[in-house]
Amino acid sequence: MKDETIDITVNGKQRAVPRDASLLELLQSLELDPRAVVVEHNRAIVRRPALGRVKVAAGDAVELVHFVGGG
Amino acid sequence: MTTAVELVRNAPLAIGGRTFHSRLMVGTGKYRDNDTMRRAIEASGAEIVTVAVRRVDLDRTKAEGILYHLDPKRYFLLANTAGCSTPEDAVRYARLAREAGFNEFVKLEVIGDQETLLPDVQGLLEAAEALVKEGFQILAYTNEDLITALRLEDAGCAAVMPLASPIGSGLGLLNPYHVRLIKRRLRVPVIVDAGVGTASDACVTMEQGVDGILMNTALAAARDPVAMAQAMRLAVEAGRGAYLAGRMPKREVAVPSSPLEGMLD
Repeated sequence: MKDETIDITVNGKQRAVPRDASLLELLQSLELDPRAVVVEHNRAIVRRPALGRVKVAAGDAVELVHFVGGG
Repeated sequence: MTTAVELVRNAPLAIGGRTFHSRLMVGTGKYRDNDTMRRAIEASGAEIVTVAVRRVDLDRTKAEGILYHLDPKRYFLLANTAGCSTPEDAVRYARLAREAGFNEFVKLEVIGDQETLLPDVQGLLEAAEALVKEGFQILAYTNEDLITALRLEDAGCAAVMPLASPIGSGLGLLNPYHVRLIKRRLRVPVIVDAGVGTASDACVTMEQGVDGILMNTALAAARDPVAMAQAMRLAVEAGRGAYLAGRMPKREVAVPSSPLEGMLD
């Protein structure tokens, strides 16, 4: 089925995403600029140029982080 | 005659192969609003500005990081591992911070106790060793213990950051003797981090001969953060200037400043 979704965990919360979505597509669906976030996929950092190539699978854990105020 | 200001300006601070002119470094946390933060940092004259690594808030309509309010071309961003309580977490946060693509410097914190936020020095050493091997320039937040400071230097840290007093406490420099000892024995820069509450604390800390100070709450929690930032800038320069000028010896008895000769009968 074309519009089938899978569940992954993004920043600690479960989220349904299209099957075979890439990390770049995930960022786009969240309206996040890939230059402004760092992506960790199943505990491994994925560099910006590879975001379009890496696809998510059911149960994957994705962390999207950026810099915030701190001391 | 050399002025104190010239003394201060003639000797820039080198950390991990980079040179900085300001010896005051500031954090970006806890400000009441971003505009106040931006103006306070500007008034502080700081070049090195610390930031934390956190999840993007996906529930907000527009997830804004600190870089929307701070020009990364103007300031040298120093990412911290604040909040991490294991070496594994600290290494993970450091790697994420480096991936943001600004530099290879990390202010390494491994917290050992939630009430005091005092560092877990064993975990700190472990994380420092691992990160130095990965090519990071590590500025290690530690307590004012000489042996730990020496081990952090041996591990290859670019700078060692003993605390003045606990993070956010504003208690000032509690152990000047130990901080002086660390400065005297280390070759890498010693930057006092945490605990400075007001300008006199900053001045006294710099008078110990340390290479710089990092502070956050002292500015963010001041009634007027911008004015306090300016006061801190002057205090750091004054303390550095006094240290370089070399203070007079202390005496237990008075020594008159005016001549004894020529007194009337």
